[in-house]
Amino acid sequence: MQQLGMGQAVNQALREEMTRDPDVFVAGEGVGVGIHDNPMFPTAGLIDAFGPERIRDTPVSEAAIAGLAVGASEAGLKPVVEIMFNPFFTLASDMIVNHAAKLRYLSGGKSSFPLVVRMKSGAGIGAGCQHSHNLEAWAAHCPGLKVVMPGTPADAKGLLKSAIRDPNPVIFIEDMLLYFAPGPVPDEEYLIPIGPADIKRPGKDVTVVTWSKMLGVAFKAAEQLAQEGVEMEIVDLRTLVPLDKETILNSVRKTGRLVVLHEATRTGGFAGEVAAVVMEGAFDSLKAPLRRVTGPDIPVPASPPLERFYIPDEQQLIAAIKEIM
Amino acid sequence: MEIPLAKKMEMLRFLLLARRFEESLTELCKIEGKIPGMMILCTGQEAVGAGVCAALQPTDAIITNHRSHSHLLAKGADPNALMAEIFCKRTGCNKGKSGTLHLAVPEVNAPCTTTVVGGGPPIAVGRAFAQQYRKEQSVTVCFVGDGATNEGSFHEAVNLASVWHLPVIFVCENNMYAGAQRHEEHTKAENIADRAAGYAIPGVVVDGNDTLAVYRSAMEARARALAGEGPTLIEYKTYRWRGHGEADPQIYQPKEEIAAWQARCPIPKLRGDMLADGSISTEALKALEAQIDALVQEAIRFAEESPYPEPHEALEDVFA
Ligand SMILES: Cc1ncc(C[n+]2csc(CCOP(=O)(O)OP(=O)(O)O)c2C)c(N)n1
Repeated sequence: MQQLGMGQAVNQALREEMTRDPDVFVAGEGVGVGIHDNPMFPTAGLIDAFGPERIRDTPVSEAAIAGLAVGASEAGLKPVVEIMFNPFFTLASDMIVNHAAKLRYLSGGKSSFPLVVRMKSGAGIGAGCQHSHNLEAWAAHCPGLKVVMPGTPADAKGLLKSAIRDPNPVIFIEDMLLYFAPGPVPDEEYLIPIGPADIKRPGKDVTVVTWSKMLGVAFKAAEQLAQEGVEMEIVDLRTLVPLDKETILNSVRKTGRLVVLHEATRTGGFAGEVAAVVMEGAFDSLKAPLRRVTGPDIPVPASPPLERFYIPDEQQLIAAIKEIM
Repeated sequence: MEIPLAKKMEMLRFLLLARRFEESLTELCKIEGKIPGMMILCTGQEAVGAGVCAALQPTDAIITNHRSHSHLLAKGADPNALMAEIFCKRTGCNKGKSGTLHLAVPEVNAPCTTTVVGGGPPIAVGRAFAQQYRKEQSVTVCFVGDGATNEGSFHEAVNLASVWHLPVIFVCENNMYAGAQRHEEHTKAENIADRAAGYAIPGVVVDGNDTLAVYRSAMEARARALAGEGPTLIEYKTYRWRGHGEADPQIYQPKEEIAAWQARCPIPKLRGDMLADGSISTEALKALEAQIDALVQEAIRFAEESPYPEPHEALEDVFA
């Protein structure tokens, strides 16, 4: 099997879908000719393969980029637009939140907006809080948007291909550090449906629900805990909206314990939603109070020791699990 | 306009300081683990910061962007505190919260540096509104790149400043590129200054590598703002010698173009003018250069020897 970083996997998905469907186009800042010349990045080489008609470098204009996707998708094209960093979602958000998410509903179901907005996200790049800010819960809070946040290169590829074929607006969030963490990706073509969570590791003692880069943290903690006889079940959501409640509930019914792990800040974070789903649907199965392991309620600081403090790690996860074992 | 000798000396000093400061950063950020994050420099563009800030008083404010080092130095920020922040140390001007990208130096009225492109202009409008509201004799300068003028926020801000006659100077540092895009690839108007017409304010094009011309144009815009005549958009034509950031391999910037602009370096121009008209002697120039060198060396020493913040300090400073 090929070993790819997440950026390369995204790149393959884009190439395959653009080859399959001439209506798919890519637009954003530096998606054609950029300030990086790195094969690990998602849009590397696309302009050579598909030309500037379909790989559109835009001015620094996030509202126009997102609006381009809204208008073009209504006309039947399949835009995949890039918002360079998750914090710049704010500049694009009117088009996404008030328009992409709502216009189909406002039309009484007559119009649809099959678009994908890709965003780079995550702490750990030393650039500070205007480049690192995980806002997935914002997007998830807007009915009409699907929200995908893969944790492995293989998932990223299969999910992005589904996102491009989906008749709805999809927010697709890629953690930048995963670009440089190669993993196996099937050689043959495949799709991964948007919606189902994936049990990345079965276990009987505690359920850890997580997504994106935190999947790696969960795996590290699981290894360590296994040596102490605690078997963690890792539920990788992959998709926040629609949310696979059944997989979460079934896992908690089995293990009786839940920890939700995400990098985003705590208050109003998506862990709260997962917790509420479990309290409503599997309260009787819980043997202990649930726990959240998340970033603290601060903007992401630039200085390395501060940024490390921000990012949840396996020791915090293990400590949270031990509290409820 | 006769430019006082002391002003010329000030500008030369800040040109040299910004250049030495950033040349050192180019070298330092090659050392693995030395400086975290991105490194965005204005090498070759220093005349804009030096010339504009020389036209300002301490009570005037500047709002700057991701390419801020020369603006902040010229506004009087302490090189030690800037360098330490760039190194992400606790003694940095923002205690390691910012790093190089959002250096805030309210002590010298450079309170909000933003790396969100287009984030500055609306804030500058607010800062200038406060100056007008309190009837202060001061102005706010907003530094943006050419690319930033394609954000909606820029246009909303310039319009509001125009309608309310706010004492703000929009300084567009046109270094010919926004990321990998050349000016003509992102903007049809030949001059960014042409955009001023849409808001019925003066739009001025100035050679951004001619420090004295930069100074004069900023003085005029400031006088206009203080007279209650509202904002000016000044476009300084200049060039980015380095990549967008130090990690940028510059595949899209022709080598000959870089060389041609390096030949128009602002430093020899001002230095040459000052030597020619006798404003500075060769010896005094040598002494000044040595002094700047020592200043930068001291800033690096200070930054290197300073401690990192303690991890839990991350929790401080969120709320007042
Ligand atoms: C809202 C937003 N979009 C994109 C970026 C990424 N970015 C940083 S600088 C830059 C180019 C800005 O060009 P310009 O305004 O001309 O300034 P210059 O870098 O040339 O000084 C881009 C696209 C950003 N920081 N903020």
